[in-house]
Amino acid sequence: MSPLISRKIAYNDGMKILVIEDDREAADYMQRAFAEAGHTAHVAGDGDSGFALADAAEYDVMVVDRMLPRRDGLSVIAGLRSRGNTTPVLILSALGEVDDRVTGLRAGGDDYLTKPYAFSELLARVEVLNRRAPTRESETVYRVGDLELDRLSHTVRRGSQEITLQPREYRLLEYLMRHAGQVVTRTMLLENVWDYHFDPQTNVIDVHVSRLRGKIEKGFEKPILHTIRGAGYMLKAG
Amino acid sequence: MAFRLPAIMKTTAARLSALYLLLFALCAVLLVFYMTSLSARMLMVQTQETINEEVLGLARAYQRGGIPTLVRVVEQRARQPGANLYLLADPNGQILSGNVQSIQPGVLQREGWTELPFSYERYGEVAGRRTPAGTEKTDSEIVTEERHNAIAVVLRLPNQMLLMVGRDLGEPERFRDVVQRALMVALGMMGFGGLLIWYFVGRRALKHIDGVSEASRRIMAGDLTGRLPVTGAGDEFDRLAENLNVMLARIAHLNDGLKQVSDNIAHDLKTPLTRLRNRAEAALSGKKTGADYREVLEGTIAESDQLIRTFNAILMISRLEAGYSAESVAKVDLSAVVHDVFELYEPVAEELGVGLEAHAAGEFMINGNRELIAQALSNVVDNAIKYSAGAVEAPHVSVALKREGDEIHLLVADNGLGIPDEGDRKRATERFVRLEQSRSQPGSGLGLSLAHAVMKFHNGRLDLLPGNPGLSVLMSFPGSKDE
Repeated sequence: MSPLISRKIAYNDGMKILVIEDDREAADYMQRAFAEAGHTAHVAGDGDSGFALADAAEYDVMVVDRMLPRRDGLSVIAGLRSRGNTTPVLILSALGEVDDRVTGLRAGGDDYLTKPYAFSELLARVEVLNRRAPTRESETVYRVGDLELDRLSHTVRRGSQEITLQPREYRLLEYLMRHAGQVVTRTMLLENVWDYHFDPQTNVIDVHVSRLRGKIEKGFEKPILHTIRGAGYMLKAG
Repeated sequence: MAFRLPAIMKTTAARLSALYLLLFALCAVLLVFYMTSLSARMLMVQTQETINEEVLGLARAYQRGGIPTLVRVVEQRARQPGANLYLLADPNGQILSGNVQSIQPGVLQREGWTELPFSYERYGEVAGRRTPAGTEKTDSEIVTEERHNAIAVVLRLPNQMLLMVGRDLGEPERFRDVVQRALMVALGMMGFGGLLIWYFVGRRALKHIDGVSEASRRIMAGDLTGRLPVTGAGDEFDRLAENLNVMLARIAHLNDGLKQVSDNIAHDLKTPLTRLRNRAEAALSGKKTGADYREVLEGTIAESDQLIRTFNAILMISRLEAGYSAESVAKVDLSAVVHDVFELYEPVAEELGVGLEAHAAGEFMINGNRELIAQALSNVVDNAIKYSAGAVEAPHVSVALKREGDEIHLLVADNGLGIPDEGDRKRATERFVRLEQSRSQPGSGLGLSLAHAVMKFHNGRLDLLPGNPGLSVLMSFPGSKDE
């Protein structure tokens, strides 16, 4: 694991993750990789035992494969939701078409990732889903270092200098600041800022981010919007 | 074609006609049976009435002059042509007078109406045989000494003598015979007609079915270009054959697609896979530093990502061609999608020095899938930017959305080098086709094929038109004005 991915962040420290995945090798790999990133992962090999584990213990995030022996993933999630379990769930699936995603999210999933996926993508998404991550939805002003975004007046300033942003750039920055200190992948940006789930051929997102970076970093000493190689971006002071 | 009765009998037409024939015959028999029994009863009542009148007349004669008058009247009436049966007997049943020579024993023992028809023999008396108006043309049969069936009433006179008046049942019986014969003839004709219809209809059906079976055997043997025969009669067989042919065309198309995909997967996925393997192999050989390994691994990941991307595109095209669920379709405003894609690509275009503009005024609502349309449009725009950047002096891409008759046209035009050859333009939407000039550009060669598949999914078209200069990609969506 790259040291950049396995960074330690207070609330992401030692997440308790339940992985329900029947592919032994993939599950072992996930367990090891999560451990390297500083998290504890428990693995269940089928739907029934996964449901029992999730029902018995408190987890911060669950990663559920859609196709499982004994009880399929969507039914496990629906079962847990009907028992009042609100643990965030990321659905893993080989089915990645538009309607599959919709049914997955409708069944109670919070995020959907199609196989094959990069582990960095999975880790970034799981860390954003973390139940113990502070919800910043209610905050009216986001602050990261000397960067400040006022969600009421839609103004952005760094230090004493006001920064003018296009509407889309503003939303991009808002999302990055909401998840400051977390890795945000390109597909997460496309999904959350543009609300599209397809895969653009050219890396259009990178150009948007570098434009934004130009506006919030130009003329300032310290970089604030970091590129995490092989994963995505992270907004972080210092 | 040889007369193949067993095969014909197995056709549905034959079975149906046999069934109808059977039902019809049954109905006819029932009807005739009902009518004959009704008429027979009426004839019987008539006969009884005639007999009653005779008895009344004889009773009056008896009242007038006793036995002698009665005997005279009986003798007189008995000789009339077509006469009823008259018989006068002593108390022991010995026949004294009348036109009956002998009678079934026991008939005279019971007074009143005979319960069952009985047999008798008439005298060979033929007096007055020549009846005028031919009322009974079969009289000659009656007047012979054959035994006949009759019904009668037997009365005991006050002096214990027995008087019997009866009537031959020949007429109702003959009536029944006629009806029965008519019925047999009718049934026979019906049967014959049914067989004829059965044969011709069945043979026609068989001929069609044989043609279809023959064609389908050829197709099953692997000739997917084969089609079922259409006679042009426009009947249900033709309609069926036409529909099956459409289905076959679709299967053939899908099959071609599948074959092409497997060929292309072999080609386009093998190359990067080989590269991937070589890279890993090279990393293992020779002395490498940690940074070298890192670089190789990063390259490997990038290569794998491209592979996954290609693979996903192949899968998506296949699923689109197989047809999506209706659930994935909703109302979409095309102009919103155009704005989104424009906005998404604008920075990239600017970076590459390509002027990008979009014209989409107002709402263009269609039933579709927003994600798929955005994906298709972004592929097309991506291509337009990629192939015009650096190719001409002032590269420029415009996206325009407008209504054209019953369609909504989404035109992406660039002023790049375009595709001059018409055949190339046609081929460009096929899977994995990468025209010579584009080989140097990154990409899976699936962008346009995917866009094409998305358009087909929306019942639209994707056409590559020569620009002036450059290339124009026209995406036409069906869209009525009231939507």
